[in-house]
Amino acid sequence: MNPYPKLDEKDTRSGFGAGLLEAGQRDPRVVALCADLTGSLKMDAFAKAFPDRFLQVGIAEANMMGIAAGLTIGGRVPFTGTFANFSTGRVYDQIRQSIAYAGKNVKICASHAGLTLGEDGATHQILEDIGMMRMLPGMTVVVPADFNQTRQATLAIAVHEGPVYLRFGRPKWPVFIPADMPFEIGKAQVLVPGTDVSIFACGHLVWRALEAAEALLREGIRAEVINVHTIKPLDTAAVLSSVERTGCAVTCEEHNRHGGLGDAIAQVLACHRPAPQEYVAVNDRFGESGTPDQLLRKYGLDTPDIVAAVRRVRARR
Amino acid sequence: MPAPNAAPSKVSRASLDELARTCSQVRRDILRMVHAVQSGHPGGSLGCTEFMVALYFKVLRHDPKAWNMDGVGQDLFFLSNGHISPVWYSVLARSGHFPVKELATFRRLDSRLQGHPTTHEGLPGVRMASGSLGQGLSVAIGAALAKRLNGDTHLVYSLHGDGELQEGQVWEAAMSAAAHKVDNLIATVDWNGRQIDGDVDQVMPLGDLPAKWRSFGWDVLEMNGNDMADVLRGLEEARSRTGQGRPVVILMRTEMGQGVDFMTGSHHWHGVAPNDAQLDRALAQLPETLGDY
Ligand SMILES: Cc1ncc(C[n+]2csc(CCOP(=O)(O)OP(=O)(O)O)c2C)c(N)n1
Ligand SMILES: [Mg+2]
Repeated sequence: MNPYPKLDEKDTRSGFGAGLLEAGQRDPRVVALCADLTGSLKMDAFAKAFPDRFLQVGIAEANMMGIAAGLTIGGRVPFTGTFANFSTGRVYDQIRQSIAYAGKNVKICASHAGLTLGEDGATHQILEDIGMMRMLPGMTVVVPADFNQTRQATLAIAVHEGPVYLRFGRPKWPVFIPADMPFEIGKAQVLVPGTDVSIFACGHLVWRALEAAEALLREGIRAEVINVHTIKPLDTAAVLSSVERTGCAVTCEEHNRHGGLGDAIAQVLACHRPAPQEYVAVNDRFGESGTPDQLLRKYGLDTPDIVAAVRRVRARR
Repeated sequence: MPAPNAAPSKVSRASLDELARTCSQVRRDILRMVHAVQSGHPGGSLGCTEFMVALYFKVLRHDPKAWNMDGVGQDLFFLSNGHISPVWYSVLARSGHFPVKELATFRRLDSRLQGHPTTHEGLPGVRMASGSLGQGLSVAIGAALAKRLNGDTHLVYSLHGDGELQEGQVWEAAMSAAAHKVDNLIATVDWNGRQIDGDVDQVMPLGDLPAKWRSFGWDVLEMNGNDMADVLRGLEEARSRTGQGRPVVILMRTEMGQGVDFMTGSHHWHGVAPNDAQLDRALAQLPETLGDY
C-alpha cells in the first residue's frame, strides 16, 4: 500500500513562497526579484516582509537575470521568480553567460512548469527547461515533488553555493512528503522499496508514481519508487543500486522525453549498467489548453500510463 | 475585395450605432468565454473591444472567408499581447473567420481556441503564436518587409500591451522598424496603465512614452480607445500617415475592464474570471445584440 497518505492539497509554488520567506528571515543576504508575477509566484509575503530586499523588474526577464547576476557581486543571494518558460527559454543566454559560465550564485525559481499549468496552453507550458538547464555546466537542477518538499528545497538552495534551477508548478497537488523528512540536494529518495522495477520520478509525477506502485502491487509487482528531486547532480549511486536489484527502469516526468530526467537516467544506465528503460514523458510535442488532469491523460503521463510502462519494461527484461 | 485606401473618412451615426451594438456583443462573448472555463483575461480584452471591432468591421481590407496564412493582397493583424485572446476570438468569429459557436470551446481540451493564440491548431485569422510577451512587433515588421518585397501595398497592424513594452525586444524592434523605414506598419499600444502586479507606473514606469517612440524614429499618434468615433478617426489618420518613410504607432488610452462598471478602476481584472453572480451583474450592463454563442 502507498505508505505516503495524502496529507493535504497545495500548490508547489506556495511551498516556494513559504520557503523564500523563511530563507529571507534566516539570511539577510537573500534578495528576491520578480518580473510582474509576484502573486503567481507567491512572492508577496517576502515582498511585504522585506520591501528593501525585493526588486520588481517589470516584464523584463532578461534584465532580471542580469541584475541577479550583478547582485551576487557583493555577496547577495538573489532568487529570481517568474514562469518556467520565461525563466529559461526566454533568457537562456543571459543565464548561460552571466550566471552559469560566470559561476554566479543565482537561484532561478520557476513556477508554472510543464503541462499542469493548464488552460494558458502551449506558449506557457515549457517541456524543455530541465534539458536546457541540465546542459549548463555547473548548474544544479531541482524538481521537488510537493508543497513540503518545495519549501525544503527553497531553504536548501539558499545555503547551497552556486547557480540553481528550481522547478515547480501551478496546480493544487497532493501533499505527501512529511514536513520533517530530510532533504538533501543530490540525494534521491527511495519512497517505496521494491524488487521488480525501479520507477524514477520527479515533480508532480512522483505522486502518480506512488499511485502506480499501489496498483502494481495488486498485480503482485513490487515497484521501487524513487523520488529524483535533484536531476543534476544526479544521484548515480542510487540509480545504479536500485536497477542492480530490479533490472529495469521506468522514468516519469512532466517534460519532453528529450533531455529530461529520462535521458539523465538513460545515460547512467547506458554507461554503467545497461538495462531496459521506458519513458513516461511528453512524446516530443507541444502542449495545449485543458485542465491538468485532462492533459496528463491525453499526453500519456497519468497513473495508468506508468503502470503500462512497467508492464512493457518488465517484458523486455 | 475593396480597393486599397478606400476606407470611409466620415462615419455615419447609424454606422457608429451598429459598431456599438457589435461591441456590446463582443463584450458578452469575452465575459461568457472566460466565465465558462474560469480562466483567461477579461480586463485587457474589454478595454480593447472598440479597437478590435473597428479594425475587423471597418478598417482592415481583408476577406475573412478567403483567409490564408500569407495574406497577400490583404491587410494583416498581429496580436502581440496574446493574453487578450478572448476579444480577438470573438471579433474573428463575429467577422466570419470561423463559426461563432466555436467560442464555446475556448481554453478547453482539443480546441482551436487556445488560451493564447497559436497557429498550431490552424485557427483562421491567426498567423503567429503569441502569449510570451514582447515578440509581436518584430514579427509585424517582418511581415511588413515581406509585403514590401512582394510589391503588396496592403498594411500590417499590430497591438501591444503597455506593460509589454517593458520587454527589451520591443525596443530592438522599434529601432529596426525606423532604420528600415517600415512605413506600411501601424502598431497600437493598449495604454491602459495597468499590468498584473499593479499600475504600470508602480511596477516599472515607462516614462514619457510618446517621446520614447518619437526618439526611436516613429510617427506617434494618440487616441481614446474607448470612444469608437475617436478610434475610427485615429486609425484613419494613422493610415494616412503610412507610406511616408516612418513606422506609425498609435498610443491608445483605454480603461482596463471597460464596459463593466465593477471591472474598471484597477488592475484586478487583468486575469481573473467572474463568478456566476459577477457574470450576471456584468451581462446586465451589456445588451445581447447579435445573439449569444
Ligand atoms: C515574456 C512574458 N513574461 C511574463 C508574462 C506573464 N504576463 C502575462 S500578461 C502580463 C501583464 C501584461 O501587461 P500589459 O501588457 O499591460 O497587458 P494588460 O494587463 O494591460 O492586459 C504578464 C506579466 C508573459 N505572458 N510573457
Ligand atoms: Mg496594460
